[in-house]
Amino acid sequence: MIQIKFFASLRERLGTSSLNLQYAGENTVADVAHELVERGEEWRFLEERDVLCAVNQTLCGKDAKINDGDEIAFFPPVTGG
Amino acid sequence: MISVQRDDFDHCEQYLALKEEADGDGAVVTFTGLVRDFNVQGAVSGIHIEHYPGMTEKSLMRICSEARKRWQLGQIRVIHRVGRIGPQEQIVFVGVTSKHRKNAFDACEFIIDYLKTSAPLWKQEGTSEGMKWVASRLSDKEAMDRWLNTTNLS
Repeated sequence: MIQIKFFASLRERLGTSSLNLQYAGENTVADVAHELVERGEEWRFLEERDVLCAVNQTLCGKDAKINDGDEIAFFPPVTGG
Repeated sequence: MISVQRDDFDHCEQYLALKEEADGDGAVVTFTGLVRDFNVQGAVSGIHIEHYPGMTEKSLMRICSEARKRWQLGQIRVIHRVGRIGPQEQIVFVGVTSKHRKNAFDACEFIIDYLKTSAPLWKQEGTSEGMKWVASRLSDKEAMDRWLNTTNLS
């Protein structure tokens, strides 16, 4: 099982803050994003260039490797401080 | 010391704690960020900050350890507030001690620049049209990029 989290404007646009996905051998974060995008039009912006991602709470690129049990997060550029 | 909290903080208390812990360091530099009461569109009635619990703390710790790799530092304190914050209220605190002022100034600026571009925090501003997500600023990214080519300066 992979836990996927969404934050801020991304969370609002999707209308959900998290979901679980059965792990099916996906290699990278991009594979997971692609799988979600296939669910329908509203998921498409997950593949937009400025969407950031983290694996197990560490910022990474979309080519980052993933494993069963990982926590993956997608979010817009950060604006703290 | 790192803290992600809803409550306000006492800037003077933070300074005194740094001074107490300074242990022979000759410099304390602090930065406090306040909520502005205006933006490009007009008046702002306050902000709301969302964050990624767990990752926020982790990323602030990482930022501090990156700073320690670059400069010889004594104490570091970083506080970031989350949730609803009113105009002119305190939002973020960064305090650094070091033997010499240059390291303390640089490290303090590095930490806030790095925080603004990598810590998972998102700001909404209260405008006349309701709450609006704040867009990331190129100038923040440029401020961070300046540090990318700097090596260990201490």
